[in-house]
Amino acid sequence: MGNRTPLYDAHLAAGGKMVDFSGWDMPIHYGSQLDEHHAVRRNAGVFDVSHMTVVDIQGEQATDYMRRLLANDVANVEAGQALYTAMLNEDGGVIDDLIVYKRDNGYRVVVNCATREKDLAWMEEQTSGFDVVVREHPDLAMLAVQGPEARGRLADLLPSAVAQHASTLKPFTFCEGAGWTVARTGYTGEDGLELILPGEQAPDFWQALLDAGVEPVGLGARDTLRLEAGLNLYGNDMDATITPLEANMGWTVAWTEGRDFIGRAALERRREEDHPVLRGLVLESKGVLRPHQRVITDQGEGETTSGTFSPTLGQAIALARLPAGVTGEVEVEIRNKRLPARVVKPPFVRNGKTVYKYL
Amino acid sequence: MSQIPEELRYATSHEWVRMEDDGNVYVGISDHAQDSLGDLVFVEPPEVGDEISTGDECGVVESVKAASDIYAPMSGEVIAVNENLEDSPELVNQDPYGDGWIYQLKPANKAEWDELLSADDYATTLEDDED
Repeated sequence: MGNRTPLYDAHLAAGGKMVDFSGWDMPIHYGSQLDEHHAVRRNAGVFDVSHMTVVDIQGEQATDYMRRLLANDVANVEAGQALYTAMLNEDGGVIDDLIVYKRDNGYRVVVNCATREKDLAWMEEQTSGFDVVVREHPDLAMLAVQGPEARGRLADLLPSAVAQHASTLKPFTFCEGAGWTVARTGYTGEDGLELILPGEQAPDFWQALLDAGVEPVGLGARDTLRLEAGLNLYGNDMDATITPLEANMGWTVAWTEGRDFIGRAALERRREEDHPVLRGLVLESKGVLRPHQRVITDQGEGETTSGTFSPTLGQAIALARLPAGVTGEVEVEIRNKRLPARVVKPPFVRNGKTVYKYL
Repeated sequence: MSQIPEELRYATSHEWVRMEDDGNVYVGISDHAQDSLGDLVFVEPPEVGDEISTGDECGVVESVKAASDIYAPMSGEVIAVNENLEDSPELVNQDPYGDGWIYQLKPANKAEWDELLSADDYATTLEDDED
């Protein structure tokens, strides 16, 4: 038996098919991954993401610490704003990608569950020399409510301490109250909110969402939605051997002059070299793209890092690490056959619409 | 609980086989197999004319989440494939023992039919898998 979120029984009650996910018993789907995917693109769905790790950083030097720890710069945002960033090792490799919520007094970050131990150890190690405390909050639940109808369905269900403010949140901002963090962020390419709340309140809130017509959505659809949205998955699209420059995350690196963040020197060197880049692929024939398929281009070989059948497009899509400058037609090797694909700039889908551009 | 029709035979690799009066057989994947895979989005059947042997990988079914090989439950020549699956792979989910058939085989050795699992025996292997 793996770890269970406060919603384990609710998943079983909703018909969830439970699988092991990095040591957690999580729902892969509740009947049809495709239907759940479409529910998020067209209406509203809720994901239990309580397996993710919530960590608070507080102390006199919390800002100095975060500006050292992270490749993006928390000084560029104000309290109430969220920031997407990589946490790098000295070689510029991505230890994890995370969301930072900047508070009046410190920071809250959400990191991946598969990297929890490594992340916490690294964050603790880096506190040396800073007046700062890093503390995990395993008692919290986390839900992502996503889709064009998500915020409307939620409006009457939030605690009064956050309801008013939550209704006016702009993208990538958040508010807090009564032990809840409500952020207009997500991992699907649709509008919606991510909510961090006390674990004991999660089952009633989950039920209220279902009663309001929000569909339960499993981790299977979470993966197809994020891939259509062109969003990276840690462990697939980047890891500790890959820099943000090779993972389509260059935009998250803040080169603020004089800021000595971990990995900066290595990234500056990498920036001057020829290095591969992460691009999108759209398969032009029938079939399904998967991770680790060989990509043959006129400038050398590459490899898919994530791939799936896109329910919205009705064809296969992938992220692939390719030699810089590759555009147009390439071939992907699937079971010893070479199938034609086009190089595109992700995202593939945003707000229910096809948006990718040919490169 | 998945459907396991009495009149069919099964392979441990979750294919079903239906014997027709003319001695040819239809092959598909079981209700249990389609349910485990989830929504199918692509089926790659063998080609008509292929000579296949028992246990050969002779095609692929892919769901949103994963690709899974299909194995030949009997030896013989592929004489037809279900062309409707090219545009409607979901037929395998909706009707695994009917409209979701994958290919038709002319068996090389009909004695192999008797070596396949009966519905009861297949049900037992599924129960064992769950233990």
